[in-house]
Amino acid sequence: MSFQPVILWTDALVYLLLLLIAVTIWHTRRHEHLLQPWRRVSASRTGQAALVVLLFYVIIGLLDTLHFNPRVDPGAPGDAVYSTEVLSVFDVIAGPLRTERETTYSAPFATHLFSKKTVYRPDGSAVREYPRLRYGGSHLDEHGNGKLADIVAKGALGALQGALVWLVLLLVLCLMQPARLLRLLSGRTPTPWHVGAWTALVVVAVFAALWELSEHYHILGTGKVGEDVFFQALKSIRTGLIIGTLTTLVMLPAALLLGIMAGYFRGWVDDVIQYLYTTLNSIPGVLLIAAAILMMQIYMSNHAEQFSSLTERADLRLLFLCLILGVTSWTSLCRLLRGEALKLRELDYVVAARAFGVADFRILLRHVLPNVMHIVLITIVLDFSGLVLAEAVLSYINIGVDPATNSWGNMINGARLELAREPVVWWSLIAAFGFMFTLVLAANLFSDVVRDAFDPRLRQQR
Amino acid sequence: MTAYIIRRLLYALPILIGVNALTFVLFFVVNSPDDMARMHLGGKRVTDQAILAWKEDHGYDKPLLINQSREGSAQLTDTILFEKSLRLFVFDFGQSDNGRDISHDISQRMWPSLAIAVPTLLVGLAVNITFALLLAFFRASYLDFWGVVICVGMMSISSLFYIIGGQFLVGKLLNLVPISGYDTGVHAWKFMVLPVIVGVIGGIGSGTRWYRTLFLEEIQRDYVRSARAKGLSEHLVLFRHVLRNALIPILTGVVVVLPMLFIGSLLTESFFGIPGLGSYTIEAISNQDFAIVRAMVFLGAVLYIIGLLLTDISYTIADPRVRLD
Repeated sequence: MSFQPVILWTDALVYLLLLLIAVTIWHTRRHEHLLQPWRRVSASRTGQAALVVLLFYVIIGLLDTLHFNPRVDPGAPGDAVYSTEVLSVFDVIAGPLRTERETTYSAPFATHLFSKKTVYRPDGSAVREYPRLRYGGSHLDEHGNGKLADIVAKGALGALQGALVWLVLLLVLCLMQPARLLRLLSGRTPTPWHVGAWTALVVVAVFAALWELSEHYHILGTGKVGEDVFFQALKSIRTGLIIGTLTTLVMLPAALLLGIMAGYFRGWVDDVIQYLYTTLNSIPGVLLIAAAILMMQIYMSNHAEQFSSLTERADLRLLFLCLILGVTSWTSLCRLLRGEALKLRELDYVVAARAFGVADFRILLRHVLPNVMHIVLITIVLDFSGLVLAEAVLSYINIGVDPATNSWGNMINGARLELAREPVVWWSLIAAFGFMFTLVLAANLFSDVVRDAFDPRLRQQR
Repeated sequence: MTAYIIRRLLYALPILIGVNALTFVLFFVVNSPDDMARMHLGGKRVTDQAILAWKEDHGYDKPLLINQSREGSAQLTDTILFEKSLRLFVFDFGQSDNGRDISHDISQRMWPSLAIAVPTLLVGLAVNITFALLLAFFRASYLDFWGVVICVGMMSISSLFYIIGGQFLVGKLLNLVPISGYDTGVHAWKFMVLPVIVGVIGGIGSGTRWYRTLFLEEIQRDYVRSARAKGLSEHLVLFRHVLRNALIPILTGVVVVLPMLFIGSLLTESFFGIPGLGSYTIEAISNQDFAIVRAMVFLGAVLYIIGLLLTDISYTIADPRVRLD
C-alpha cells in the first residue's frame, strides 16, 4: 500500500455526521409525513440553486477530509516507511497547485513577480527587475505575450470539459434516457429540477474553467511566501464547513437532552437547567471563547509532548474551537426546546401515554423527541452561516483556528496589513471574502427555504 | 414594581455567583498559577524561583481555596478565590498582570466606547426602521423583493469586509478621514465618522430584514384592517398604527443591548484604534493578561443581567398590557 490512512478527530466526527445524515435520509424516505416538508424545499427554486452550491462546497470539503500519510519512496523494496506529513485526497487531486510555489506575492494571472528583485544575468551584471514566475504562465514566452488569448482559450476549453462532465452525470442520473433528460432540462417536471440542473451547469463549468486555468496560472495570485491563493481558499472550505456543522453536532446532545427534560419534567429539574443556561448565556460569547482558548493555549504550550504532529495539534484546536463555540450557542436551542416541550407535555397524546403508565423516558423518546426535530433542523441550518462568519472574526482576534490551519479568517488576517502596500495586494482578501460570501449566501438562502418549509406556524399563514 | 425589581436583583445574585465560579475554574483550576507564570515568563526553561517571584508579584502565590497557614477568618480570605474572584462582586477588579489598576482603566476607556457605540446604535436604528417601513409600504412588489434580496446579500458579507473595505475606500482612496486613531474633545468627530458609518452599513442587512418581518406581522392584525376599513390612507395606517405597535418589540430589543454599549465592539475598536473597552479586551487577549479578561467577563455578565432587567421594565412602560408583580 502506498499510503496509510489517517483519521483525525474532526475527520471522525465528520464521518459520524455523514452516518447520521444517511440514517436520517433512510428513515425519512420511509415516512410520508417526514417527506412532506422536504418536498416543499425541493419545490423552491431558490432552495435548489442554493443547495447545489452548498453541495459543491461539501464535496470539496469531504475530499479534503480523507487524510492519509503518503509512503516515503513508494518503489523501494522492504517494509513501507510512511511520511509524517498528512495529506488529503484533495491535495493529491490538486497536485501541482499545492507544490508549485513562487517566491513571494504575484498578482492574479501574472507572469512576473509583484516586487522587484536583483537578478544576476549570465554575463555577471546585476539588474533590478520583476523576475519571471517559475510556474505562473510558464508555457508563455519571456514577456508573457499572448496571455489574454491563451486565458480565453484555456478557460473556454475548461468550461467545455466541465459542461461535458455535467451532461454525462445528468444522463446517468436520468438512467441513461435522453428523453427524460430533455424533459427535465426544459422544466416540464412537476418539481422544478431544471433550476438545480442549470445551476449545477454554471457551477461545474465555472469551476472547471478555473481549474483548467489554475494549472497554468496562479488565477488568484500568490501569497506572501508564494503559495497559490486559489488553493488556499479551496483548502479553507473544509475549515469553514467543519466549524459550521460540527459546532452544532457537538452541542446537540446537551441541548436536546437538557431542553426536553427541562420542559417535560418542570419542577427542580427545570430550575437547575434554566439556571445553567442563564449563567452561560450571561457571559458575552466572545469573552467566554477568548478565555477558554487562552487557557487551551497555555495547556498546549505546557504539554507540547502530548501531540504527535502539528497537524494533529491544529486539528485538536479546531475541534476545541467547535466545542467552545457549541457551549456558547447551545443555550438558545435549549430554550426553544424547553418551550416546545412545555407545550407538548400538555397535549392529548402525551397525557394519554402518561395515563397508560408509559415510562417518562419512553414518552420523551417516542412522543416528544420526534415532535421537536423540526426546531433542531431549523436551528442547525440557521446557525451555520453565522458560525462560518464567526470563524473569520475569531481568527482575526487570534482566538480562532490554529495559525497553521487553512482558513478564510487566517487568510484575511495575513493579508490585512498588505493593503497598506503600494500598489495594493488585494487578491488574498478578495479570494477569502468571495469564497466565504458564496458559501454564506447559499446557506442563508437555503436556511430561509428550510425554515419556511418546516415551521408549522409559517405554514398556517399561507 | 419596586418589589419586583428587588426580587429580580436577588435572582441575579446566584447567576453572578455561577459566572464567578466558572471563571474561577477556567482561570485557576484548569491551569494552575504555575502554568500561567511559565507562560508569561516564556517557555520551559524557567527557574522555579522566577515562577515564585512572578506569582508573589501578582498575588497568585496563595492557596486556591483554604489557607492552612493562617488563623481564623484569614484562612478563607487570604486565598486566590477570595482575593481574585470574590472581590469582583464589589467591583474591585484589582491590578492587571502588568500592574495597572483595572477599575481606573475601565472608567477611562468606557467613554470612547460609548462615543462610537451610541451613535452607531441610534443612526442604525433610524436607517433600519426607514428602510423596513419602505419595504413594508411597497410589500409584495419588485422593490420589496429586491430589497430583501439585497438584505440577505448584505447579511452574508463578513463584518471584516465592511471594516476593511470602509477603511480602504474612505480612508485611503478618498482620503476623507483618518483611517484610525482617536482624539479627545471636539476633534473626536473626525475619528468617529468612519466607524459609525461602517457599523451602520454592516447592520443594515439583518436589521432591515428583521424589522420588515415585525412590520408585516403587525400589518396582518385586525386593528389595521379596521383602520383601513374606516378609510384611513395607507401611509397613515403605516405611521400611526403599524409603526407605533411594532416599536414595542423593536425598543425592547434595543434595551437589552443598551448596557452592553459600554463594552463597545471588539472588532471595530481594534481596527480603528479607538481606546475603548473593546480594544482593551483585545489587547488583554493578545497580551494574555488574564486579570483583565476575568474582569471583563464578570463586567459583561453584570451588564447583560442589567439589560434583561431593563427589558422587563421597558415592557411595562411601552406596553400597558404587561404588568409586573
